[in-house]
Amino acid sequence: MPRLSRWFIRAALLYLAMGFTIGALMLANKGMPFAAWLWRLRSTHIEVLLVGWTMQLALGVAYWILPRFGGKRGDETSAWAAFGLLNVGVLLVGLEAALGLAPLVGLAGKLAEVAAAAAFARHAWPRIKPAGA
Amino acid sequence: MPTLTRWFVRTSLLYLLAALITMLLLALRGLVDLPAFVGALTPVYFHLLIVGWIAQLIFGIVYWMFPKASKEHPRGNERVARSVYFLLNAGLLLRVLGEPMTTAKGGGWGWMLVASAALQWLAGMGFALNTWPRVRDR
Repeated sequence: MPRLSRWFIRAALLYLAMGFTIGALMLANKGMPFAAWLWRLRSTHIEVLLVGWTMQLALGVAYWILPRFGGKRGDETSAWAAFGLLNVGVLLVGLEAALGLAPLVGLAGKLAEVAAAAAFARHAWPRIKPAGA
Repeated sequence: MPTLTRWFVRTSLLYLLAALITMLLLALRGLVDLPAFVGALTPVYFHLLIVGWIAQLIFGIVYWMFPKASKEHPRGNERVARSVYFLLNAGLLLRVLGEPMTTAKGGGWGWMLVASAALQWLAGMGFALNTWPRVRDR
């Protein structure tokens, strides 16, 4: 498993732990209310699990598994940029929701995530080829 | 494909079906008279899909495909891995029953959601901890 995939997947596992923890607290609170403020974390829970865990794991595995060019993975800079942008994005969106920050913070986060997707697509596109090509 | 992966993947397919049936029930709400508890099924639908189908499918494939943790224990701690399966599904089933019961019958059934939360949390932590050592070079 290449180094960048290890970074993607370890980050994804950390987000899994974070997202499941927030979700468990919210669900427990729903059953036996103990902290009404936990509902503020709903958007953070969704962001962390959909983007931080699921999407990030997919990118990490894709980077590892997609066909290579003679052992090389092509434009690695774009893939690293995707990693950085994605995680900055998740943090900004997650914190905006959790701490009630200015909406611009969340917007900046989402723009970073869009940029991450574009960067990863730029990296991955040439690797989508049939066997032997 | 190892036995535990087959359990995870087959179960995830059943959840996919259950999620889409729930989605159908929710869609029918505006057209036919349905029991009041159906109104509580939106979060059930999301979690059947995202935890029961997607996360469970991921857990099963990762358990199968990721690099070996060690020669002696290639898939990490097998007991933890099997526990993840039972904890995740017990937790989800408690949620499926607990959300509509809490809506229809009130607070007395809230313990089901607390138990569901604890079981699913343990499953998530178990998976993350057991998978971490397998995120390696080869």
